[in-house]
Amino acid sequence: MPAPAPRSSVDVQPADPTGDRQPGGVAIEVVDLVRRFGDMEAVRGVSFSVAQGETFGFLGPNGAGKSTTISMLCTLLNPSGGTARVAGYDVLAERAEVRKRIGLVFQDATLDDYLTAQENLRFHAELYGVPRSQTAGRLSDVLQMVGLWDRRDSLVRTFSGGMKRRLEIARGLLHSPRVLFLDEPTVGLDPQTRAHIWDYINDLRRREAITMFLTTHYMDEAENCDRIAIIDQGKIVVQDTPEALKASVGRDRVQIQTADDDTALAVLRARFDLDGAKSEGGITIYVAQGEAFVPRLFAELGVAIRSVSIARPTLDDVFMSYTGRTIRDAEASASERMSNTPWMRAARRR
Amino acid sequence: MSDAATPAEVVGAAAAGPAAPAVGAAGPHRAAPAAVRVAGGRWQDDVRAVHVVWRRELIRFSRNRLRIITALVQPVLFLFVLGTGLSSLVGRGLPGGGGGDFRTFMVPGVVAMTVLFTAIFSSVSIVWDREFGFLREMLVAPVRRGALVVGKCAGGATVATVQALIMVALAGAVDVPYSPVLIFTLIGEMLLAAVTITALGTALASRMAQVESFQVVMQFVVLPLFFLSGALFPLRALPAWLAALTKIDPLAYIVDPMRRAVFAHVHTTPAVAHLFGATMTWDGWPVPVGLELGMTAAFGAVLLVIAILAFGRTD
Repeated sequence: MPAPAPRSSVDVQPADPTGDRQPGGVAIEVVDLVRRFGDMEAVRGVSFSVAQGETFGFLGPNGAGKSTTISMLCTLLNPSGGTARVAGYDVLAERAEVRKRIGLVFQDATLDDYLTAQENLRFHAELYGVPRSQTAGRLSDVLQMVGLWDRRDSLVRTFSGGMKRRLEIARGLLHSPRVLFLDEPTVGLDPQTRAHIWDYINDLRRREAITMFLTTHYMDEAENCDRIAIIDQGKIVVQDTPEALKASVGRDRVQIQTADDDTALAVLRARFDLDGAKSEGGITIYVAQGEAFVPRLFAELGVAIRSVSIARPTLDDVFMSYTGRTIRDAEASASERMSNTPWMRAARRR
Repeated sequence: MSDAATPAEVVGAAAAGPAAPAVGAAGPHRAAPAAVRVAGGRWQDDVRAVHVVWRRELIRFSRNRLRIITALVQPVLFLFVLGTGLSSLVGRGLPGGGGGDFRTFMVPGVVAMTVLFTAIFSSVSIVWDREFGFLREMLVAPVRRGALVVGKCAGGATVATVQALIMVALAGAVDVPYSPVLIFTLIGEMLLAAVTITALGTALASRMAQVESFQVVMQFVVLPLFFLSGALFPLRALPAWLAALTKIDPLAYIVDPMRRAVFAHVHTTPAVAHLFGATMTWDGWPVPVGLELGMTAAFGAVLLVIAILAFGRTD
């Protein structure tokens, strides 16, 4: 058998002599996926598909079923029902084929602290059967990409949290996976490091036609995705592009401070037919088009306005409008529900 | 087609592998990583997995000098402190017996002890791997789980044998001759013992979720195995209950062949040889060394299969 030709990363789609199948450029195809732990249904029939080259995000509170779903897609957990195909292969029946074609960046570190950065990568390269002749080149590529080439011979235990995460991203890419799974890639990192990690991820999207599936409970991170699915209590509530989702909420948030809030509220109700909410910071009103509304407000309110601010809907508003709560509230109740189930602890550990 | 097709943007590591595509390239940040094609599913892939897991164990072992020294403290105390202390007691009643003979008796015991503790510690490190996530990195790789288990056992066994070899090196201080035949016999027996015990540890570790469980294994498995093995006292003229327990201790069939090997190479008085050189017997029948080793190997094989099955499962 001739050695499979190394391929440049940009031409991933065309006919592949090594037997990859990705019908219609679909990288991930999930239908009615279910996972039960004892009596508890952690994932309750989710369906979605991710196109080749797309970055798809699962947004939801902790305990919504994000990690359970990713574990099933990575073949670490068997589905209780439904089907999932990754890179054209079934995660249950063709597990080995899936594993060859995916890269993983886990929620918590999975590096060996007592090995150097380079040794960790070499371990991975050998385990994944990266041809010997290509290992060195590939290793320096990925290490340089995440800016760790100079630290390649340092023990991983001397690395900061952000460096470890970058090394994991490098490792996840080492064997040129078709699909890269990132489970909460920035959880536990400080804001600056989070921003750096996202620079690397976005850089990667531009450079390689790689499909990315990621989970997050940070709204601002979900904005980076081509499409997102909001998942809550094991179900997909809605999925679309971040822009479309925000547009679906529709209304802009206008906040004003006035000389006399009570009078202003009354005028708003009488003249504009709007119910404002009064709070510490002033009055909040939701309107379809904030910019067009404000000039009218100044002309017709009749009460002195001290300040005004307009905000477009955020994913927070989207989450709120589809689930009826904020993501923080959802997390609080989810962690209460889950934390003491031994099943969940076992699932997290795997 | 092979390396020729590698895109030229690859920034090769200068001193790396023979065919490293070290093409002079632009700045590091401009290079798009070259894609590689992952093999997998053939027996060579499993051999490679065994090898890489084995090598990781060795790298970790050699890097942790403190652990190597710490693991020597206990057997050294047993041999040179407890052994010397007991020698004056045990030696007294023997015709022409010297104190050194009891310590000679203890050598196989402390060697087996070193193998036991090191092998268990190595294999139970799987629980640490699980706790710190590295196990997942291995479990999701496109290789058979059995290969990972075999690699782990091979690594643990190598490490345990090397560690025990240090004890063998010290045995000259208590009149055990450095005979090549003896050394090689001991190495063979230590390897067999190490593989079996690592398999035992791995099988136990497969069901352990927390690092704390390690203490349980130490107290309920390792220490009883050690104390009942005859590592510290001769297996003769024991009360019936103790004799029965020693006969079902797998470690006894590991210590016994080592002791026979040692006593075949030291010169002692018949009285001493009679007392300390006593072998494992079943109802008065001396169990042949070959059978003892065979039983150890069989036991190890069964445990290895259990460990492989336990790790092969996906929830």
